[in-house]
Amino acid sequence: MKFDTAPAPHSISSNTVRRMMFLVLAALVPAIVTHCMWFGSGLAINIVIAIASAIVCEAIVLRLRNKPLPVFLFDGSAVLTAVLLAFALPPLTPWWITASGSAFAILVAKHLYGGLGYNVFNPAMAGYAALLVSFPVLTTRWSLPAGLTPIDLSFTQTLGVIFSGSLPNDLQWDALSGATPLASVRAGLILRSTMDEIHAQNIFGSMSGIGWEWVAFATLIGGVALLFLRVIRWQIPVAMLGSIFLCASLMAALDPGKYSGPLFHLFSGATMLGAFFIATDPVSAATSNRGRLIYGAAIGVLTYAIRAWGGYPDGVAFAVLLMNAAVPLIDRYTVPRIYGHRD
Amino acid sequence: MRGGLKLSAHKERATSLPIARATVPAQLFISLSKNAQLLVKHGDQVAIGQALAQDNDLAILASASGTIKAVRTNKQCVVIDNDGRETLHSSIQPIDLSALAPIALRERIELAGIAGLGGAAFPTGTKIRAANERTVSLLLVNAAECEPFIRCDEVLVREQADDVLLGTQALMHACGATQAVIAIENDKSQAIAALHNALSQLANPSIRIHLVDRFYPAGGERQLIKLVTGNEVPSGKIPPDMGVLCQNVGTAVAVAKLVRHGMPLIERVVTVTGNGVNQSKNLLARFGTPIASLIRDCGDYVGRVDRLILGGPMMGVALDSDEHAVNATTNCVIAASGDDLSPRGVEMPCIRCGECAHVCPAYLLPQQLLRFSKQNDRAALLELGLNDCIECGCCDYVCPSQIPLAATFVAAKQTQT
Repeated sequence: MKFDTAPAPHSISSNTVRRMMFLVLAALVPAIVTHCMWFGSGLAINIVIAIASAIVCEAIVLRLRNKPLPVFLFDGSAVLTAVLLAFALPPLTPWWITASGSAFAILVAKHLYGGLGYNVFNPAMAGYAALLVSFPVLTTRWSLPAGLTPIDLSFTQTLGVIFSGSLPNDLQWDALSGATPLASVRAGLILRSTMDEIHAQNIFGSMSGIGWEWVAFATLIGGVALLFLRVIRWQIPVAMLGSIFLCASLMAALDPGKYSGPLFHLFSGATMLGAFFIATDPVSAATSNRGRLIYGAAIGVLTYAIRAWGGYPDGVAFAVLLMNAAVPLIDRYTVPRIYGHRD
Repeated sequence: MRGGLKLSAHKERATSLPIARATVPAQLFISLSKNAQLLVKHGDQVAIGQALAQDNDLAILASASGTIKAVRTNKQCVVIDNDGRETLHSSIQPIDLSALAPIALRERIELAGIAGLGGAAFPTGTKIRAANERTVSLLLVNAAECEPFIRCDEVLVREQADDVLLGTQALMHACGATQAVIAIENDKSQAIAALHNALSQLANPSIRIHLVDRFYPAGGERQLIKLVTGNEVPSGKIPPDMGVLCQNVGTAVAVAKLVRHGMPLIERVVTVTGNGVNQSKNLLARFGTPIASLIRDCGDYVGRVDRLILGGPMMGVALDSDEHAVNATTNCVIAASGDDLSPRGVEMPCIRCGECAHVCPAYLLPQQLLRFSKQNDRAALLELGLNDCIECGCCDYVCPSQIPLAATFVAAKQTQT
């Protein structure tokens, strides 16, 4: 009798790239829902736009590169990139900005570097950074959370704003949008307000901004679920959150009039999203446990530094991209001790 | 101890029955190593235990009496027509341990064709010689049979614990160890009880039983030494360099048979299992018995067999045919079908998730080794410890991209020399 041959091992686990990607997407659902509750349905619409753009770009490049479409098109990686990019953009961002950012992420940041597994930079953050420097006004026009604005756009109105780029006749952007908590802190400090005066504004909640803190909390829940499911490991999120906490605590202790406290930083902006969903992108992160601790901690420090002293209200995207560039160096110097070798 | 996997054991089927004797076939196919010097020719009469060939320290013996039918140098095997008389060779004489010097015992072990029965079939005499050239204080008897499906060692310990201890004592004598540890996984309760029982009657304080947690690859030589002694075998060195000699428990039983009855190593216990055979069995099979004959002893194949695996699912070889014959390495035959295996699907690119590094029992970074294997960067591969890879396949098991990592590293090791 003749039998099929194959190299050992003959049994492997049922884990797949697709499973990991879709678990990450599922873990984002609480944050997406919370975001939509506080900031309207814009995010949901942007996600659909971003995914559509990403899938079309992915399909075109896969075809050009003669890669098997059924294997790669629905591996979940392009969809995840699209969702993370949409999450970084304001809810009422014009559709062509979301679509072109998603296209940049897939075409340039992912496939020009070799596609899945080969990209040096996190595609979603590369796409976001490209949009941020190209369209600085449109990509920072954030909606106010529910309760801080009397206007509650319906789903069709939101759709109309995103696709026409203009508001319904009777509305003004000033009534709909406002500075994010991080941007308010920045603006307040420029006006030489004290931290107490800044945080006394009505947009601030118990930890960070109203609405924002709940989105951050829902993101944290999803991230912790990923930890328990072993889709991500603890090193990067713990190091990143820990270093932001330490930096913020230290500076707030040194000069409480000029620096916000650690809880504000942890629950503001993209801190939670960055720690659990962006910096943990394995392709563009450091690869050993020790390397990931360094990588995560450095992202935390850079994020804090950009927020406190840099030119942008939030710094997660740039911190991640800067550390992406440092990954080969980190990997080079953090090879673990091998069995039977001395340190 | 970091790394390793908790694998479902798949062992229930093969343990309920006692060891059964496999049919000794009418023709046996004794495999020869590449450098073996032939001592017989076509038409010679041979007796059980008579040397057919010599490979350095190791004698290759006739496992049945009869006539040499053929010497196939291209297939590296000698064919014996079994005459069924079971004539024993004159060299088969029991050993009085107390009257035999360690070196003389080692020579008897070499003449008896004893090789490691854990899977690699390294000549036991050669291993003891390495121990004799150094100072070895600890004999580690490996009964941590960690791969799923394989049960030959467990049933052997359960049924022949006295011989495990006799073999252990003989090996201690041969290598000069003052202490012996029999390491066994803690889920093999019947085998552990049998060992404890035999040990209490022997009352030898220099032998003790060490239970290890069940994980794969607890039975890997370097992993087991770390588990038992807490020390790692330095890279590029062998266990005797650190005063330890490791022997498989089946090898110890083979040495016991040599001491007790003078019997050389002509047979071994083989676990035959899988959904693809009618009944799983642990068979005591003569070397040279075709696997097809073992399958017949188990009531023949059932349905379509996906893969015929020699060894376990993690490190075993998928055979192309069942004409291969049993030798010292044959610990298990799996006629796999249905849910026995979960083979890999479509290979995706590495996403550097690092799960492979989490499970690597040698603490390597398989994701980096893969990258440098593809780039054929020899220097980087050596620096990252390619030669410390034990090819256990843990990395393959967890890889979400389903990349054949172990096979890549085996190939990389072969091309570098």
